[in-house]
Order: sequence, then structure tokens, then C-alpha cells
Amino acid sequence: MHELSIAHSLIELATQAAAQAGVTRVTAVHLRLGVLAGVVKDALLFGFEIASVGTILEGARLEIEDLPLRIHCTACDTVVTLPDIQHFRCPYCGTPGNRIMSGRELELSALEYDDTVADSAGESYVNSATP
Amino acid sequence: MSTPRLLEIRQGVLSKNDRLAAELRQRFHAAGVFVVNLLSSPGAGKTRLLEETLRRMGTDLRVAALVGDLATDNDALRLARSGAPVRQIQTGDMCHLEAHLVEQHLDGWNLDDLDVLFIENVGNLVCPTGYDLGEAARAVLLSVTEGEDKPLKYPGAFVSADCVVITKMDLAEAVEFDQRAAEANIASVHPGVPIVYTSARTGAGLDAWMEWLEHHRCSSHR
Repeated sequence: MHELSIAHSLIELATQAAAQAGVTRVTAVHLRLGVLAGVVKDALLFGFEIASVGTILEGARLEIEDLPLRIHCTACDTVVTLPDIQHFRCPYCGTPGNRIMSGRELELSALEYDDTVADSAGESYVNSATP
Repeated sequence: MSTPRLLEIRQGVLSKNDRLAAELRQRFHAAGVFVVNLLSSPGAGKTRLLEETLRRMGTDLRVAALVGDLATDNDALRLARSGAPVRQIQTGDMCHLEAHLVEQHLDGWNLDDLDVLFIENVGNLVCPTGYDLGEAARAVLLSVTEGEDKPLKYPGAFVSADCVVITKMDLAEAVEFDQRAAEANIASVHPGVPIVYTSARTGAGLDAWMEWLEHHRCSSHR
């Protein structure tokens, strides 16, 4: 169970990034999580909720984007998505492969915040709808 | 009305550990120390294999070990009998080693005086896999008593292995270890990874293990 320690690292990283951008209250944290990252999602969500108490992330949603395992198939010379993490072989031609292109990610991709509490730090709107 | 806004970050959650591990790797390389990270479940025989490895390697090379453990220093005491410098890293409730723990425990050791450093990770096949310790090679141990399907249950660990060491081969017959099935399962999650079969008790296969280490030690200095 290392999800609590991952939650702490995530919060540390997010808090620093928010502070640098002048964001004082975060409403959501976006995480990209590879299927091979060895992280149990529920445990991470639980750990995040506990560890964020008293930080500027308290009460923020943790939005997790699951990323599949993708390897490079030498025979097809293309990147293929594997249906599971137990069989490292091309699902089309059956050639074994160990060159992992994605699936190990554990990445803080973005923070969502409310611009009523931050001034000019935002880079982009979440949606293009007029406020 | 307020508008939700997005601040793009795109940074690895473990990037702090990764940065520190990269620094360690540079230090190890500069000092000519070959570092091996040993991973396995609890009880797979990391300490026993390491005892034999330190003893055999110690005759030609300057070898040391860092040993991660949750609570006791039993493993470090066992390993110290080999005569090699050994330090215990007590992790408390932490289920894995991190680069900063390795760095702290190198304090006072002159890396230039070492040829090989083994890092025995905390017994766990999940948590340690994502934490780079600055090692040059990672060996994952699987004992014959654990079941041949372990690689399928813990692909993350076996995928990250540079070598898979099957341990306790002297018990293979007693536990009806199916070597062919184990090989197929390892190859399924990590095609092409080298596998060595060992028994620290009888000494069988240890030559192959030492050869693998020596080969990688030499190629890591190039």
C-alpha cells in the first residue's frame, strides 16, 4: 500500500505548481494513470482525500484518466494497445514485444481552479462556453 | 459567475524521486560503482541469495549492501557476517525504498572505494517498482514456493526486471515447481528477459548469477 505516499507526492507537486501560478484554491486535480503504474485507484482516491486536508487541495476532486498499455510491435512496425497487462505480444500478429510506449504514467496533468479566487494565472478555459 | 480554469502541469508525480535517482546514478557511474536493486515478495530469499553473493564476490571485488526492512535489522546482521560493509535502512511503515533513503544511507561511505553496491528492497512486488533508486540493474527474485503464475499477478515488477532469479531450486521437486510454466509466464510479461535458476543452499546456479552480474557490471562501465 504505497498510495498514501503517492498521494503525498501528488499533493506536494500540485501545491507547488499552484503556488507558482498564484492559485489559492484548487477545485480539481487531473492525473494520468497508466495501467502498469502499480497504483490502486480506490486507494489513491482515499489517500488523496485524507492527505489533502488542510492544504489548498482540500475538497478538490481527483480526476483520474486511465491509460492503457501500449507497446511497439517490431513486426507490424506500429504502436499497438494491449488488451491486458499479462501478455506482452501484438494482438494482431502475435509477435512478443517489450518496448513499452505508454502504460507506466503517473502524471499530474492539470489543476482546475476557480478564477474568482485567482487572478491571472490561468492558461486556458476548461470549456469554451461563455461565462 | 465564476469560470473554472485549467492550469496545465504535465509532471510526473514521482519526478522528485526520479531527479534524485538520476543524480545518484551519475554519482555511482562517476565512482565506478555497479548498483543492483533486488526486488521480491517477502520470504523469496533475497537476503540468503545476497549472503552468498557478497561472500563469493567479496574475494575479488569491493562489495557493499544497503538493506531495506520495515522494522528489524536481522537481515543486515546476517549480511554483515560476509564481512562486507552493510547498512540497514529501516523504513518504518513504508513498503518500498526511495532514492532519498538510499542517498542518506550512503553518508560516510566513499563510493570510490566500492565496485558493487547491492540494494535489497523491502519485500514487496508492487510498491517498489515505480521508485528508481539510481540502480544500473534490477533483479527480481521469484522463489519456487510462490507459484509459477506470480509474474502474471505482478507484471509491473517483472516488466521492470533486467534479470529474473528463480530461488530455492533445491525445493523445486518438493513443491512440484513447473519450470516450463514459470518460464512461459515470465516471457509473457517480459519477452526476452534473462532467467537464472539458483539455490543459495546448494550453490546450484550461483555461477550463472555471478556471471550475469559480472557481465552487466563490465558493460555498465562502458
